[in-house]
Amino acid sequence: MLKIEFETPPLGELLTTPALQRDAMAHSRPFVAKPEHQQGLGFPGKLVDDWQDVALAKMDELLGKYRSLPVFLDACVKCGACTDKCHYYLGTGDPKNMPVARQDLLRKVYRRYFTLAGKWFPRLVGAVELSEDLINDWYSYYHQCSECRRCSVYCPFGIDTAEITMAGREILAAIGMGQKYSNEIIGKVHIIGNNLGLPEPALANTLEGLEEEVEEDISVPVKFPLDQHGAEVLLVTPSADFFAEPHVDGLIGYAKVFHQAGISWTLSSYASEAANFGIFIGNYENMQKVAQRIRQAAIDLGVKRIVVGECGHAWRVAYSFWNTLIGPFDFLDPAYPVPQHICEFTYDLLQRGALKLDAKANDDKVVTFHDSCNVSRGSRLGSVPGGQFTIPRELIRFACSHFVDMAPDTIHEHTFCCGGGGGLLTDDLIELRVKGALPRAQALQQVIEQHGVTHMAAICAICKSQFSKVLPYYGMEMDMIISVHQLIGDALVFDSQH
Amino acid sequence: MAFELSGKTYETDEEGYLADLSEWNREVADYMATEDDCDLSDNHWEVINFLREYYEEYQIAPAVRVLTKAIGKKLGKDKGNSKYLYELFPYGPAKQACKYAGLPKPTGCV
Repeated sequence: MLKIEFETPPLGELLTTPALQRDAMAHSRPFVAKPEHQQGLGFPGKLVDDWQDVALAKMDELLGKYRSLPVFLDACVKCGACTDKCHYYLGTGDPKNMPVARQDLLRKVYRRYFTLAGKWFPRLVGAVELSEDLINDWYSYYHQCSECRRCSVYCPFGIDTAEITMAGREILAAIGMGQKYSNEIIGKVHIIGNNLGLPEPALANTLEGLEEEVEEDISVPVKFPLDQHGAEVLLVTPSADFFAEPHVDGLIGYAKVFHQAGISWTLSSYASEAANFGIFIGNYENMQKVAQRIRQAAIDLGVKRIVVGECGHAWRVAYSFWNTLIGPFDFLDPAYPVPQHICEFTYDLLQRGALKLDAKANDDKVVTFHDSCNVSRGSRLGSVPGGQFTIPRELIRFACSHFVDMAPDTIHEHTFCCGGGGGLLTDDLIELRVKGALPRAQALQQVIEQHGVTHMAAICAICKSQFSKVLPYYGMEMDMIISVHQLIGDALVFDSQH
Repeated sequence: MAFELSGKTYETDEEGYLADLSEWNREVADYMATEDDCDLSDNHWEVINFLREYYEEYQIAPAVRVLTKAIGKKLGKDKGNSKYLYELFPYGPAKQACKYAGLPKPTGCV
């Protein structure tokens, strides 16, 4: 297997600012996309000869297209509020992982070519030419940002480094330097319909197996319908829910909820993916093309509602962008929110007394909750502000008697990325992923010691895969991380009343 | 990337996954495992063989629950779980076992 030597940082005290280690992560760069991964997405197969001109033209285009970009590049006053807020900086000590420094990689080029001061007096304003070294820095450090937006919470101007990272990545893809992990995955969605490349027969086989498993387990004929025309709800969920643990137990939880609520639902083999890596690479056209499959499936299947499973960035794309990306949704039932999150869906049923949970089923657990960055900072759940924080916690409290929160500056809008978000959940970046998980691991360790926490629940496929992989580096069990809907599914009481 | 074995060159991707599935043979699996300090036992082979059969039918590696169920049937219920599969393939059954079986690496949020 891929062997990458590095030292796991000691857990130490929560949120200690590390000593600066210049260029500590300069070597970290993901595999570059192969020509076939690039071309399928509309990008050049390899580095183009006139890459400098192409990069600057693309930057010019983005500056005109996204009003936020020039504002973010102009507004920074170098106050330093963001410097110690990034999990990758806290985990690596590399000053280029300070959000302001990450922004500056693009800002200094912007100043050189797009501002009067930078054109005439580059040295006075820190403006530099776009060189090969700089492009390599971009490739390295724009793949050390998970676009989690924690830094933007602390920025007095609200500068969103995620958008600058997205612009950086989009320029890189445009000159032929896309990232293999994300681009290969987007290509699979365009062709097969999901990130895994799971074809319809395999999906059908997997779902049949789950039906058998659940019936054996609880003697209730819970169904996992696929391509069922006329169902009320289309569920789109990350394909990891079909494939991996602990995700699949969350999927089983959704199915149990639908069953007990008596609401007909279906998955789609055409739109068998909620995730949308188009947002990670900052490319609108690919994001739209991925999202369009969901709209098409909803129309083809004649559903009344679309519900989104536990996936952080899928929810951000759905909640914040679907309306303009693939709307209007006038073909859906206006009585329900579009889109609706599975947590909102289940919470609503619980509020109305339509489901009964027995928290004793989870009495062996002391649970904490990891807020996923894209749900916490990029969107909302339910109809009241802060619903994205209260609803998942309420669900856990319905299903478990023992719940505790982690330290206040590591939850809600202050939450830390798991370390694998934004298109970085790949083995070639394992060092970055382990180091970037440090702040969350510290906060988790604290509640393990103080409250005997046994499990951390999450509502994001990336978070679940990332923690399963990296928690053992910090001496914690991989199966500590679970789905919120696993807790719900295990506590659900089945009786004849729907 | 590539490696040589018994006078034949095998192309791989950056992580050592076989580029051409049809070139796979048992010697390739043994070689890859040895590189990871892993000796392939009969139980490893049960997993590898099942992956190859499943892939042939579905063009994708089996989901974890499909795999654990199949292995439970073959090796006994106590072994039909991912804990046991992780004992066999500590880097993760999906990724490590797929590699030895000559299958492409699973992609996505896994």
